[in-house]
Amino acid sequence: MGQTFAQKVLANKSGQETVEIGEIVTVRPDHLLTHDNTAAIIAKIEDELTTYGIADRELPVIVIDHVVPASNEKTASNHKRIREFVKQHGIVNFYDAGEGICHQVVVAKGHALPGMLIVGSDSHTCTYGAVGAFATGIDRTEAASIMLTGETWLKVPHSIKISLRGHLTPPVSAKDLILQIIGDVGASGANYLSVEFHGDVANLSIEDRLTIANMGVEMGAKNTVFPVDDVTRSFLSRMVKKDWQSIWADEDAPYLKSLDYDLSRIEPVVALPHRVDNVVRISEVERTPIDQFLIGTCTNGRLSDLQVAANVLKGKHVNKWSRLLVLPASRDIMLAAAADGTLETLIEAGATILPPGCGPCLGAHQGVLAPGERCLSTANRNFKGRMGCRDAEIYLASPATVAASAISGVITDPRQVME
Amino acid sequence: MRVWKYGDDVNTDMLFPGKYTYTCSTPDEIIPHLLEDLDPEFATKARPGDVIMAGENFGCGSSREQPTVGLKAIGIEAVIAKSFARIFYRSAINQGLILIECPRAVDAYREGDTVEVDPERGIITVGSQEFKFPKLPPEILAIRDAGGLLERVRARLKERGRIDGKS
Repeated sequence: MGQTFAQKVLANKSGQETVEIGEIVTVRPDHLLTHDNTAAIIAKIEDELTTYGIADRELPVIVIDHVVPASNEKTASNHKRIREFVKQHGIVNFYDAGEGICHQVVVAKGHALPGMLIVGSDSHTCTYGAVGAFATGIDRTEAASIMLTGETWLKVPHSIKISLRGHLTPPVSAKDLILQIIGDVGASGANYLSVEFHGDVANLSIEDRLTIANMGVEMGAKNTVFPVDDVTRSFLSRMVKKDWQSIWADEDAPYLKSLDYDLSRIEPVVALPHRVDNVVRISEVERTPIDQFLIGTCTNGRLSDLQVAANVLKGKHVNKWSRLLVLPASRDIMLAAAADGTLETLIEAGATILPPGCGPCLGAHQGVLAPGERCLSTANRNFKGRMGCRDAEIYLASPATVAASAISGVITDPRQVME
Repeated sequence: MRVWKYGDDVNTDMLFPGKYTYTCSTPDEIIPHLLEDLDPEFATKARPGDVIMAGENFGCGSSREQPTVGLKAIGIEAVIAKSFARIFYRSAINQGLILIECPRAVDAYREGDTVEVDPERGIITVGSQEFKFPKLPPEILAIRDAGGLLERVRARLKERGRIDGKS
């Protein structure tokens, strides 16, 4: 019997030849991602940090991104404490507020590589499977423990295989595909499981793969992963100098289940409030009035997402009774979007550009909704209260759908406005 | 002892709203907002020894640990659900909060039933019915029994006196 991707990585990181599915192994992660919650993490272990220091100063990747710039004295103090910690312990990989969303920064700065094991105190850490890493979310307490010891335990998961065939038909996008999959599988359909993507993945760009891997946790997945191919190699060769070795499942690896998707049949879809798996074809909710539109987040704040939106909005204007917020996922993306005219087009169309970061997605600041309002967003979650107000509604869709709908002020099929 | 009964897919925003994630970290800060958008009564009326019963995928969503820290601090004896989301499940172990996956016990529960949990014997009593649940693996029980992950790490560090690693 062959081995799954998860078995191979976890064997490697626990220093064993092979591991069995269901086995609990002690592993040494390659990186530990923490963000604004670093302040709360180090507060748990102040004495131990003084006595023992941190396990490895190259292990953490710290990105301040969740509430940036600081919204009040408390969040400002948290950021300050993180900077002090970084200086004091000589943390090598630190990105301050304004650099971008952690999940974009980790990948774009080359910290996530094929075959790595990365854990992070953020549920969307699974994003790094886009470049062939085993990446999964943990809580703050576990992050604190790993800061001190450099190790943790993991149970070797069962795996499911999702085979993709053919091409997406623009403006249908990777976001529509992953929403469709989550709608089919359900919010707990991949709970505890490693989700491997197989088949015609070469037809998906790295940005597409990041969008898809990012949302694995919305079906409960422990990790989501794509094989390493020429698309990955060409992407990584631009910023990574280090050597890396890819790991992939054997042909005869065991899977709990297999799913097949014909990409040419995927259509624009929308996730309705208040569940990510409450997915319907866009035709079922067309003409639903929307107050706020959001393009950005770790799911869809990349250059191609902004370009798609600009393409739709060029020469048009956001509906008079709606507002459009745009958050580039990083400073580099913002720069590129400024250089190629994308930002100018969006601003001319009436968009408000927010600084790179998590912004309104988690409801802590910026773009909070009022009771009774509806938001159509490219984010990954539409839970009740997610954007700061329990009596608001969040709908999830692709950047093309959000941009097309921003013009009319109601949910609109992007195929009606794009060729 | 009160039983708080909820449905499927109770997510982390229902357990603790995201808007407080970066301003509330200690039990005292967390408790007033526990389950705020799901059940406004919970934070003021939950008492030590109470039990939560829920459906599938309890704790899905964010990796924020305020839900497990808060439920432990307010004294919830156990959360019994049909299934749990994985980050929440790990986090509960890390905080020493008892989670029990037992769909039959959840289905058997009727309003007014008493619910008793015996983690040592692996038995839940719902009204007059008993249900067995599997014990956790020893590696995991050791974390919970130490009082949580950091307690265990502290004890180990003391034993070792130093940390393995590069720096």
